[in-house]
Amino acid sequence: MSSANRTISCLFALTLLTVSACERPPVESTQLGYRGMNMAEIDNPRAPAPETGYPPALPPAPAVGPTAGEVYRNVQVLGDLSVAEFTRLMTAMTAWVSPEEGCNYCHVPTDLASDDVYTKVVSRRMIEMTQHINSEWRSHVGDNGVNCYSCHRGDTVPEYIWYSEGDSQYGNRNFAGWRDGQNLPAERVGLTTLPSDPFTRYLTSPDNESVRITPLQAGVAPDMPPGGIKTAEWTHALMMNWSQSLGVNCTYCHYTADFQDWNLSTPMRVTAHHGLNMVRSINAEYLEPLRGEYPPERLGPVLGDAPKADCATCHQGDEKPLGGADAVSAYPSLVGDE
Amino acid sequence: MSMLSYEKKYRIRGGTFIGGDLFDFWVGPFYVGFFGVTTLFFTLLGTGLVFYGAAIGPTWNVWQINIAPPDLSYGLSFAPLKEGGLWQLITICATGAFVSWALRQAEISRKLGMGYHIPIAFGVAIFAYVTLVVIRPVLMGAWGHGFPYGIMSHLDWVSNTGYQYLHFHYNPAHMLAVTFFFTTVFALALHGGAILSATNPHKKGDTVKTNYHENSFFRDSIGYSIGSLGIHRLGLFLALNAGFWSAVCIVISGPFWTRGWPEWWNWWLSLPIWS
Repeated sequence: MSSANRTISCLFALTLLTVSACERPPVESTQLGYRGMNMAEIDNPRAPAPETGYPPALPPAPAVGPTAGEVYRNVQVLGDLSVAEFTRLMTAMTAWVSPEEGCNYCHVPTDLASDDVYTKVVSRRMIEMTQHINSEWRSHVGDNGVNCYSCHRGDTVPEYIWYSEGDSQYGNRNFAGWRDGQNLPAERVGLTTLPSDPFTRYLTSPDNESVRITPLQAGVAPDMPPGGIKTAEWTHALMMNWSQSLGVNCTYCHYTADFQDWNLSTPMRVTAHHGLNMVRSINAEYLEPLRGEYPPERLGPVLGDAPKADCATCHQGDEKPLGGADAVSAYPSLVGDE
Repeated sequence: MSMLSYEKKYRIRGGTFIGGDLFDFWVGPFYVGFFGVTTLFFTLLGTGLVFYGAAIGPTWNVWQINIAPPDLSYGLSFAPLKEGGLWQLITICATGAFVSWALRQAEISRKLGMGYHIPIAFGVAIFAYVTLVVIRPVLMGAWGHGFPYGIMSHLDWVSNTGYQYLHFHYNPAHMLAVTFFFTTVFALALHGGAILSATNPHKKGDTVKTNYHENSFFRDSIGYSIGSLGIHRLGLFLALNAGFWSAVCIVISGPFWTRGWPEWWNWWLSLPIWS
């Protein structure tokens, strides 16, 4: 083959490859703002749709008779439920979290009250977390609420969790080759080369620095984050993750001429803001404190931290998890006291 | 209007595409022709509609005047005049005026026995505009995907559209377009510099230098000179590619890709060489 032929063949193969990586019309679009400003969601109707709807609720159980706390030992969280409702919820949880593994994923078969299996201790805390979310974070989850299935979807470990990447794998900050946690295409930040672990920085504690990078006043900016404007890359990475988690683009929440302006933003940004605070809260108060309960294989590879949540943990590619289906009205015990 | 002494001999009748002799005349220095008349018609009507749109709008601030396309819900049908119909008429006028102008250029080229390089070059710019307001909206199923006519509003549209695909710098055709735009400017600057430096005497009394000097400069500095005809071929190639890939980069965003552009590069990550 002559070199010209070879070049043409290579170009042809490359063109085929890049074209086959594309989608095709027609597409679906949803307008989100004033006409003509392209505040719109663009979707491919042929793309696999996210899962919608929860598994059917179990038939209601009578709320009469002795409570679970009176009948069983070591019922610390759901002791007020009737035995029938308690059993119903346990059955539902098994279907939501460990449909194949069954009751014994958490329970010692010969002594259901035993806390010897770590998953039982974790489950108890997860029930408390679910109650906390459904009562304290209505600003984010609304009346639909969440249950175990919102994140677990029939898996014992939710598909989308994250561990801290730490600093260690990137070498020393003072030497050449320091990547500052970025420059590799990372799946959790939309395959960009932005920082691949914005979670540790922004999603671990209510005391985390602000996601905002634009100073509140012009000129001198005493309220800039310590890293200066370079932290925009971290914010951008986190936003990539949100976008990917919800299957939406930037204009779902922002009018991009001025990202920070709440007056120009869509109402969804308010919900997202509460979501940010919610994730910080549950990571700090519920998920990371469980570190001591897990066996080593459940802990992070770098820092040995507990598995934690971000938006994708529950949203899994949908603007509203499971299409915005009702998660709690059939299981009112999953809503904590307000 | 005065005319240079030799211009008369280039004012040749005939060679029109349409209209025969009807509009085959000059007004002062300007050739009219059938397409001169249609250019004028669409320009006056379109500009009048822009003023009408501004008059019924909320502001006379030239930065904020905004004539927006219809809501997406109108799809590809006509919208009421005040709800995007004006935008549709203005788009027809603009396209009509631009195409008329290109055809007038083609008629003048024919009269002079020249090639069609000028109307073709202008045609690429028209193609970019038509891609934005006709081809892409049609592919996406709604005129509302066109950009609004307004100084600030069209910039906001560009920003929002870019962020609809999360990070537009990952758009491969956008990469090409940006590269061609910068290279066009770079090449024009070098070319302008070469011509002016050769033509302007180094010091008083020096003779004007010619293309021998221009060629020698580039052979001395980079080992090759493209030559005085070649540099204009290169300039046309670079500039047309800038416009062409701009059109490609926007027409693939939406009709042929609905997700973030960074994600598109997954094909590269999954090449069998390393995956």
